[in-house]
Amino acid sequence: MLGWELPPHNSGGLGTACLHMCKALSSKGISIEFIVPYTAPHNNINFMKVTPALPVNVHDIQLGGMAYDSYLYTYKNRTTEEVSIFQQSERYIKAVENHAILGKFDIIHAHDWLTFRAALRAKEISGKPLIAHVHATEYDRSGGKSGNPFVHEIEYNGLMLADKVVAVSQLTKDVIIQQYDIPANKIEVMHNGAETDLYKDLDADNAYKYLSKMRSKGYRVVANVGRLTIQKGLYNLLLAAKEVLQRAPKTIFLLVGSGEQYIELLQLSADLGISKNVIFTDFQRGKNLRDAYAIADLFVMPSVSEPFGIAPLEAIGYGTPVLVSKQSGVSEVLQNCLKVDFWDVQEMANQIYNVVKHDSLRDELYKESFKEYLSLSWDNTASKLVGAYHQHASIAEAI
Amino acid sequence: METQAICLYLHVHQPYRLRHYTIFDAGIHQDYFSDTTPNALTNNRFIIDKVADKSYRPMNATLQHMLNTNPNFKFSLSISGTVLEQLQEWAPDVVESFKRLVSSGRVEIVAETYHHSLAFFYSKKEFEAQVKLHKELIQSLFGVTPTAFRNTELSYNNDIAYWADKAGYKAIITEGWDPVLGWRSPNYMYRPSYTENIKLLLKNYKLSDDIAFRFGNQSWPEWPLSADKYINWLGASMDNAQIFNLFMDYETFGEHQWESTGIFDFIKALPDKWQTSRDNRTFMTISEAADAYDAVDYVDTPQTITWADTERDLTAWLGNTMQHDAILALYSLEDKIINSNDSKLIADWRKLQTSDHFYYMCTKWFTDGDVHAYFSPYTSPYEAFTNFMNAWRDIQSRLELNGDY
Repeated sequence: MLGWELPPHNSGGLGTACLHMCKALSSKGISIEFIVPYTAPHNNINFMKVTPALPVNVHDIQLGGMAYDSYLYTYKNRTTEEVSIFQQSERYIKAVENHAILGKFDIIHAHDWLTFRAALRAKEISGKPLIAHVHATEYDRSGGKSGNPFVHEIEYNGLMLADKVVAVSQLTKDVIIQQYDIPANKIEVMHNGAETDLYKDLDADNAYKYLSKMRSKGYRVVANVGRLTIQKGLYNLLLAAKEVLQRAPKTIFLLVGSGEQYIELLQLSADLGISKNVIFTDFQRGKNLRDAYAIADLFVMPSVSEPFGIAPLEAIGYGTPVLVSKQSGVSEVLQNCLKVDFWDVQEMANQIYNVVKHDSLRDELYKESFKEYLSLSWDNTASKLVGAYHQHASIAEAI
Repeated sequence: METQAICLYLHVHQPYRLRHYTIFDAGIHQDYFSDTTPNALTNNRFIIDKVADKSYRPMNATLQHMLNTNPNFKFSLSISGTVLEQLQEWAPDVVESFKRLVSSGRVEIVAETYHHSLAFFYSKKEFEAQVKLHKELIQSLFGVTPTAFRNTELSYNNDIAYWADKAGYKAIITEGWDPVLGWRSPNYMYRPSYTENIKLLLKNYKLSDDIAFRFGNQSWPEWPLSADKYINWLGASMDNAQIFNLFMDYETFGEHQWESTGIFDFIKALPDKWQTSRDNRTFMTISEAADAYDAVDYVDTPQTITWADTERDLTAWLGNTMQHDAILALYSLEDKIINSNDSKLIADWRKLQTSDHFYYMCTKWFTDGDVHAYFSPYTSPYEAFTNFMNAWRDIQSRLELNGDY
């Protein structure tokens, strides 16, 4: 399996989804070697082999901060070099080539564009079938525009030449058909699941002391966890926040994440005059991330285009009900949540307002969503994947 | 052989559905019930037009035909004030056809709350005001005064029976629910515990639901159900029965069971098949049955029962915290609303009391996409709650209350 990240070395939902998916696959007897583009211990993973993709002469590759940013190469001769994410995806191809020549495997399963060229090379060398798994496209990441043409082309080639394409939602399948001209009959929708076992218990003591204190004074907290980027629709969330705060001033908006929109969003909240009720925490992981989910009264994911969106399921896992945009894959599988069009700022404000005003709505929504969350198992996804593995492995054998 | 009667009772009701109403409307627009979006499930006129065409018009014609052709055919109706108001506005011919049915003298109108509300459980004063409003509307439209009572959704307990007895009703009706009846049969006349005069008629839910719920279900082993087969069921080992209480929604005919299922032909054939199947078989209205039969036993019902769901309780309306929150908020305004003497405000507040609004907030079946969702104009119970509370907020603002809810 070719992937770009795994927890705890992940920047977002992709790594989380891969981890949970592989765990469910391994429980169905699939043996997995997961190749990542960096060197780091994954002591939390014992159900599959995690291999760093090291080109010849490279001693190790450290993540320079965040997974999507830069990589620090240390060569065997102790010299170092910093490379960009684009360069890294080139070098990943070389490293994967070695595995394709040496390794024994039946299927190549690749996650998103960063791995697609390596996956195609592995297919070329080994002749094994390729399953291209789409968690997000460049179209989604650029907020419904064509995005970087270089990335778009890598995606197009990968999807076109793959033996099968797996989309994390119907929404994503539609994007793949409409924006990439891929034939519908080779795309199968397999929704992500929720994995309760991997969640850590919350401490009694929440990391956000200020918010705990304000909640005890009648304030309510609305949170988002995600990159501060156009795809995530946070601009509209702040516009809605303004409307909510005019009517429910005891509301605090907590934005957990980093990204290129940070300055813009900060400026917007100042322009709207709501800065004192909007908190930017920067990127968080571990306890600070879990506690952000837990402290909130409502988790909002207002994404412009969200192929799936695992964060709302994590929020429910940590005790918080959710509002999601209708332009998200998760809204296809989750019934007990609030849903709005990402562009409908008024309706977003209308729904957020009612949750912060009525604990009964918050509590009922959470209670029912948690029941549903427990039923959204990765086991179903894994069963479908195993079916696809067998189908394509046997076709390959017949040839 | 003692006379055996079918007591057919049909319930007619439509709520005033709220339009999509947001916090941006609250405090500005008072047109909560006036959605004019074409074909929207919150467009009350659209719903009335649709149900009138599918059910009220063809069923009233069928019932009129049955009255004309069979002098013994009788039945009882309850019609809520909220549906009568809407019919008067958008389908006055349907009101006229109901008047013709009642003028036969063989159709009884049963008393209830004008707004199809759960007021009995929250305010006795408001409850009585609504029963009175309904009585006055029935008197003015149909020229009759109800002598039998039903509470919303056949909700019932000893207190309601006690109230109806003191209010002078001859009869009250509810579900023939086994945990209440024990070994006893619903096919006899009863008296509620702690009452002196009133009679209690209990719905035979098996026989009623065969028509109301199962009639058109092709995977039901008894499908297709003919009038002959149905009358046979009434005969078998039921020779000592007094009354068969067939209670159901009027909209069963044509709306829940479409015309194509043969439901109209079925009901049309029923009277003759029934009367020719044995001697002394007839039809009675609810009050007539109460006069004709003595009570065989007392029925004690300390808990509240209804005719809904497998639980037969109020949890479809008052089962979760949102529903309780919303209804308590509504009744908390009662004194100020009534004292405002603002008739439009009082009317709007009362329309919000209709039980359907709380039913839409029910989470019991939501995840499963159950058939109940068919009755809701909302995509989720949470949206129903939000919409309701926004309208409530506007009502509150019309009282010029400054209190922060």
